[in-house]
Amino acid sequence: MLKILGYPDRYSVAPGETIAFKLSQEEGEDFAARLVRVIHGDCNPEGPGLKFRHVPTAIDGRHPGRPQRLDAGSYMIVDPMPPLMAGAFTFFAMIWPTRPMAPDQTILAQWDPLRQAGIRIALDEGFLSASLGSGTGGVETMTLDRPMLERQWYAISVSIDPAASRVALEQRPVKRYAHIDDRRSLSGRLAMAPAAVAAPLYLAGCPGADGRVTSHFDGKIDAPMLLSGVQEAWRYPALLEGDPGPVIARWDFSQAVRTTRAVDIGPSGHHGRLVHLPARGMKGWNWTGEAHDWQRKPAHYGAIHFHSDDIYDAGWETSLELTIPPDLESGPYALHVACGESDETATREFYIAFFVRPPRRGGRGKSRPAVVFLAPTCSYIAYANHAEHITARGAERQMGRLLTFGHADLWMYDHPELGASLYDSHADGSGVCYSSRLRPNLNFSPRYHSWLGGHGSGLYQYNADTHLFDWLEHQGVAYDVITDEDLHEEGIDLLHDYRIVVTGTHPEYHSTPMWDAMKAWIDEGGRLMYLGANGWYWRIAFHDELPGVIEVRRAEDGIRTWIAEPGEYYHSFTGEYGGLWRRMGRAPNVICGVGFIGQGFDVSSYYRRRPDAGNPRAAFIFEGVSDEIIGNFGLIGGGAAGIEIDCLTTSLGSPPNMLRLASSEDHSPMILLVNEEFGVVPPALGGDQNERVRADLAFGETPAGGALFATSSIAWCGSLSHNGYDNNVSRITANVLKRFLDPTPFT
Amino acid sequence: MMPGPAAEGGPMVYKIDPQTDRHYIEEFRRKPVGAHSPGLQRLLNILRHDPSGWQVILVCRRPFAAWVLGLMPPRRDGPLQIEEGPVFASREEAEWEVFRRRWRAHTGEDINLPFRD
Repeated sequence: MLKILGYPDRYSVAPGETIAFKLSQEEGEDFAARLVRVIHGDCNPEGPGLKFRHVPTAIDGRHPGRPQRLDAGSYMIVDPMPPLMAGAFTFFAMIWPTRPMAPDQTILAQWDPLRQAGIRIALDEGFLSASLGSGTGGVETMTLDRPMLERQWYAISVSIDPAASRVALEQRPVKRYAHIDDRRSLSGRLAMAPAAVAAPLYLAGCPGADGRVTSHFDGKIDAPMLLSGVQEAWRYPALLEGDPGPVIARWDFSQAVRTTRAVDIGPSGHHGRLVHLPARGMKGWNWTGEAHDWQRKPAHYGAIHFHSDDIYDAGWETSLELTIPPDLESGPYALHVACGESDETATREFYIAFFVRPPRRGGRGKSRPAVVFLAPTCSYIAYANHAEHITARGAERQMGRLLTFGHADLWMYDHPELGASLYDSHADGSGVCYSSRLRPNLNFSPRYHSWLGGHGSGLYQYNADTHLFDWLEHQGVAYDVITDEDLHEEGIDLLHDYRIVVTGTHPEYHSTPMWDAMKAWIDEGGRLMYLGANGWYWRIAFHDELPGVIEVRRAEDGIRTWIAEPGEYYHSFTGEYGGLWRRMGRAPNVICGVGFIGQGFDVSSYYRRRPDAGNPRAAFIFEGVSDEIIGNFGLIGGGAAGIEIDCLTTSLGSPPNMLRLASSEDHSPMILLVNEEFGVVPPALGGDQNERVRADLAFGETPAGGALFATSSIAWCGSLSHNGYDNNVSRITANVLKRFLDPTPFT
Repeated sequence: MMPGPAAEGGPMVYKIDPQTDRHYIEEFRRKPVGAHSPGLQRLLNILRHDPSGWQVILVCRRPFAAWVLGLMPPRRDGPLQIEEGPVFASREEAEWEVFRRRWRAHTGEDINLPFRD
């Protein structure tokens, strides 16, 4: 089990800036810390082994530490809010429970947990209830006697008359079914007088005695409103249509969708604040399919989907701050922390990864290296705490081997409140469409060996990229690091300092500003070394106000571990249509020359030279490489071609002048054609039978004197260190880098 | 990325026949991880599916050195059940042990063969 972990407040920090680290430790009262340059995070004995270079700084030494907790679960809070039970009132809402059989789910609360006073409207194992507390020890609950059905809309009505101690509840299904009688109502008198409390108002959560907000609701809430007096349930539809009423508050969730604000359109402006990013831009109870874009028909998008396991910002207190020395080279770094010696039962150290970027504009000067590594931090965030080995049965079949659990995975299993990746589903089965870096990201860390990522080292995403860091170090290549977030924020200007952009093994997620910047830079003559696959695949969105969080909508096509609901394909953060870049008319091929074709996670294969390898234009690539077979070795699945692979497809935008230098072959049956590549399901999807499943090693010049080089394989970088870095994968990569460094334009 | 969870379904059409499928035992023993013949792949697809929701896992005690098996319950709120032993020195050894257990569960037959002769 993992005994210490943490996260930084940013993934990219410039010299002179301060980065804060937030740690939690389960053992001891202090921890040792040191800054390290990350060179190689793979401890596979078949490879070069772990390599970290200590960078002495003022933080070397021990620091006080303590446990910090994670409180997941999204909710709305209105603070301040007048005491509801100062008089009679009624609560109306449309709700769509997605995990109705779970206990203790708050829909609305104005509750003092210490005095046990106020009101809480909840769903408890499917039954709608209202609990009222007197503040003197008495809590009474009235409950309807028929449970709600999952993923069905209900109009609920709860009215309270404190003076008369009367309560009335009603649930009315929007859609009725034969033989199902789930419309219920109940009214009665309380034996005690409920107390009015001056406390914030919550939707989808309730304050607990320990200071946390708990008892979250899983599902959608649409058109919640509070009215003065006891109102009959039949009034709700008319109110929804705009009839005036004695409104205390009426929240219109179709407004300010891009924000964390819940707008009260009532007279008093009791606006709410949404915490931990419940899903917005969600279709509501009255969605008809007439519009699929929440911006075009806001009235149909009045719902927010709350999840008991949403998390945006863990909010941990800072344990340690580091001001980056002004002369520290740009590159991959980590804070190494330890609270004891590790053994077979526990890991008591952790590497909190981050990148030191070049100085910001104004301090950057003209003396940057020619090479920049574009750290795919959006992909690292998308995969943050990827837990399908825990949640998805069938993963062992897909991996072609047993699912591995290291100490970090054991900790992850016990702590679902860590929050999931964009590959996982929430506890209620709905897809996770937001992922944040403001929480521990266990697989954004050197030494993390993944349950997917190929037999052998089993690395994927960040730690697989350390194979490249190691090779660059070994080759003595001077390079800067910028991150996806840097590129999103600063655009092409950030790329202008560099002649070569080197990608990681899996640069999959890109926002529109990132895409535009990269394309413009390539068109201006930039030289792209795409050392991975499945790149430029999903469109993502950043939030206007919240740092460090991205959104994806898994719409229509592509490899999707969950599928967005019809009508929910538009990003709530930007209003952009979500999904594959390919479906925006911007296939990966347009950027990097190749596009996604196959994936499989057991073993990798090799490339065989193709006739284009003999083209004089490619002579520099094969200088010193006469081998017919390329990359029949490696730490990721035993070969350079595997895990996820791309190929040239001119019809999707691969430039017609691209050379197909080599193609992989002899793939495992478990590397499968991806589903956006066929309309009719073919009988032979596996790489052992499908001739389209291949990685193309590709090169092509651009009209502006630049060039594209694509390895088209996630496994490529895992082969770089083979035989003491003396191998044809390393040689080809070095040859390309050498020519790309030469400012002579490609013609 | 990987595809999503396996969809719930009915019984497999193909049934493991210990007589006709026996030769796959040796194929798996020789290469527990890697490209398999279509017949062995079909066999593994069946063995690796547990409709109960329980999932065998491989717990790493020391990276690339010591592994034990565990069981993950259908629901995450239940604890992992991690075996004290046997301790495997490689993934392949563990794969073989799980194969043997699953073969016995499906056919009632023991495979009394070590991973390596």
